[in-house]
Amino acid sequence: MKAMFLAFVATGVIAVAADYGLHRAGFSAADQTSGSNVRLD
Amino acid sequence: MPLRHLLALFLTGFLATQAIGQDTPEADAAIPRAETGGASTLEDILRRQQGLPVDDEFRQVFGDEDAPPGAAAPQLSPLGGQSDSDLWRALRFDKADITTQARGPATNVLVQDSGMTWLQFREGPLAKYGAWLLGGTLVALALFYLLRGRIRIDGEKTGRKLLRFGGIERFGHWILAGSFIVLGITGLISLFGRTVLIPAFGKESFATLAIGSKWVHNNVSWAFMLGLVMVIIMWTVHNIPNRHDLKWLAVGGGLFSKDIHPPARKFNAGQKMIFWGVVVLGVSISVSGLSLLFPFQMPMFAKTFAILNDLGLPQMVGFGALPTDLAPHQEMQLSQAWHAIVAFLFMAMILAHIYLGSVGMEGAFDAMGDGHVEEQWAKEHHGLWVKEMEERAAATSGKAPATPAE
Repeated sequence: MKAMFLAFVATGVIAVAADYGLHRAGFSAADQTSGSNVRLD
Repeated sequence: MPLRHLLALFLTGFLATQAIGQDTPEADAAIPRAETGGASTLEDILRRQQGLPVDDEFRQVFGDEDAPPGAAAPQLSPLGGQSDSDLWRALRFDKADITTQARGPATNVLVQDSGMTWLQFREGPLAKYGAWLLGGTLVALALFYLLRGRIRIDGEKTGRKLLRFGGIERFGHWILAGSFIVLGITGLISLFGRTVLIPAFGKESFATLAIGSKWVHNNVSWAFMLGLVMVIIMWTVHNIPNRHDLKWLAVGGGLFSKDIHPPARKFNAGQKMIFWGVVVLGVSISVSGLSLLFPFQMPMFAKTFAILNDLGLPQMVGFGALPTDLAPHQEMQLSQAWHAIVAFLFMAMILAHIYLGSVGMEGAFDAMGDGHVEEQWAKEHHGLWVKEMEERAAATSGKAPATPAE
């Protein structure tokens, strides 16, 4: 069962890393569809 | 005062007469389109109101024959004496050369009219038939369980174990399976939010759930794609069809009767069908999912439709040529629809796989649990694979094949 639990943990790690990485790379919808003149926060 | 009353009476009477005059669709419907100056006829409008398809090809034709000649025309329209019908036509059908300060893709498309069709499809047939498919699959599996019961190991258990899947194989399977279940649940939350979850839990609760589901769905998708690549690399060679598959299929894999165990190598014909189903549907759902993850950046339907048209496939089944001139939003709508259709087929197939890999068959879960299976189970379901393992063990130890490796 070790491989199964390891896979589940890896899935979570990949999800967090994907979110962080895509934001860092400027792939968020906000980055893609608005400019510096738009205040989103 | 009486004058005002008289005027009101007159106006009411006049408007009523006008309304009665207009309420003769049979008469007006017969008017050909040319007689309305190229505009929509009453029949068009009535068909649109009834949700029937309206052929608006004629509205996309540029060049207004009724346009007044420039020099002689009064300066009435934004383009002066020139008719501006073509300008509005170009905007309406996304043919105008639009320049915009807004950043981002698809911002230069001012009008697209396929949103309502997509919404009605998503909330109507997609949700309805998708729910029926999943519900029907669950009912069929429950019936199968009631009629056949759990598929037991027929022979005497040996107590000896065979390593069926190594650690990396199980890791690849579970990263694919775990992410698939999460994606399936969060996808259903997104699809059935407005129709099922909001009425049940309220908008506040659903808002939190929807935001969480969206985050999970978008980001867990990468784990799914990694798992998909892993199983394709690891198992494709074992899933190439062979002659034993025909024997397996001829007896239904022995699933419907006791003591029938057709020969199979590492994967039997049923598992091969699941594997190739996962590959085809998995790749398709990944591509459409990427198209949705990066909006407007990966349009794929216009190109796909063009290829299909060239092959003549849609024409062969009576669809006629598929549209190849799609607005960016139409590409996204088609991606979402396709993503969901594939997802429903995928979920129905995987429900059957989960059933047979857990409660449906004794000893099956061990293969993906700790990786070791009962030798008797392996002989009954993968007899040729057991022989291969015995021969390999014998070749390694230099002895005749006797007992499989523990």
